[in-house]
Amino acid sequence: MATWNTILLQDSASPLMEQLSFFHNHALLILFMITVLVGYLMGTLFFNQFNYRFLLDGQTIEIIWTILPAVTLIFIALPSLRLLYLLDEVNNPLVTIKTIGHQWYWSYEYSDFMNFEFDSYMIPLTEMKPQNFRLLDVDNRVIVPFNSQIRMMVTAADVIHSWTIPAFSVKIDATPGRLNQISFLINRTGLFYGQCSEICGANHSFMPITVESISPSFFTKWISKMNNL
Amino acid sequence: MPAALKSTDVLQTAPFDPRFPNTNQTRYCYQSFLDFHRCQKVKGADYKPCDYFKKAYNSLCPNAWIERWNDQLEGGNFPGSV
Repeated sequence: MATWNTILLQDSASPLMEQLSFFHNHALLILFMITVLVGYLMGTLFFNQFNYRFLLDGQTIEIIWTILPAVTLIFIALPSLRLLYLLDEVNNPLVTIKTIGHQWYWSYEYSDFMNFEFDSYMIPLTEMKPQNFRLLDVDNRVIVPFNSQIRMMVTAADVIHSWTIPAFSVKIDATPGRLNQISFLINRTGLFYGQCSEICGANHSFMPITVESISPSFFTKWISKMNNL
Repeated sequence: MPAALKSTDVLQTAPFDPRFPNTNQTRYCYQSFLDFHRCQKVKGADYKPCDYFKKAYNSLCPNAWIERWNDQLEGGNFPGSV
């Protein structure tokens, strides 16, 4: 359901998304100040009564309103660059999970220990339970341990898809014949939702991603249970 | 519970490899597959350290790719030089 919360970024569940939220708020604050300043100036220029025929130039004010925007841009650019490089930082992963985009579902493979894989389909409207989110919940969730560095290997079997979880600041294309990697760290338990973000055909809207974050000890238990199946 | 999990109680996977620092990891997967078979060719099938590469490509490569390459190896039409 659309609530007022949906006009904002989702609550972050990873340190990088936290930083991205801070940067978003920082940039928006600067935008707000510029808008107010420009709005005020336009308003006063529109309604003022000044008419001085011999005004030709004003070097001082020209210098000020050239330098000030440059300084403002630096205050946006430097944190932005810092984040850009922080997002590319590679950490040694603890678990590798493979995901393959299909028309129209995601399949997942856990091969670090024993090898098991499963498909993850959206729960259709007709089979939804009251606690399910419409168009977001899936039959088999991706289980991941929290507080651990996780590497996702992303690829596709047919057309380009895109594996996305906004709460972890993850969005990466799944391209056939190419193996993309992204790593993230989740700092709490919970369910996190995302949707395929690359137009991939008729049911593009109906291949969501649901991540279930659990504690590492339960994760190892779950892995051994899946292996025994 | 599998012995690997019981004995170490530590999760392990293919480490970061400085040869492949980019988002595109296709080559890391393929190279590990090649390295495993080259290693076995040189050292013999029972040589334990070769399993490092096997673990690596199993962790990284999609299972469909591994199956296809294994079929090609069996059929003698694998394009890489092992």
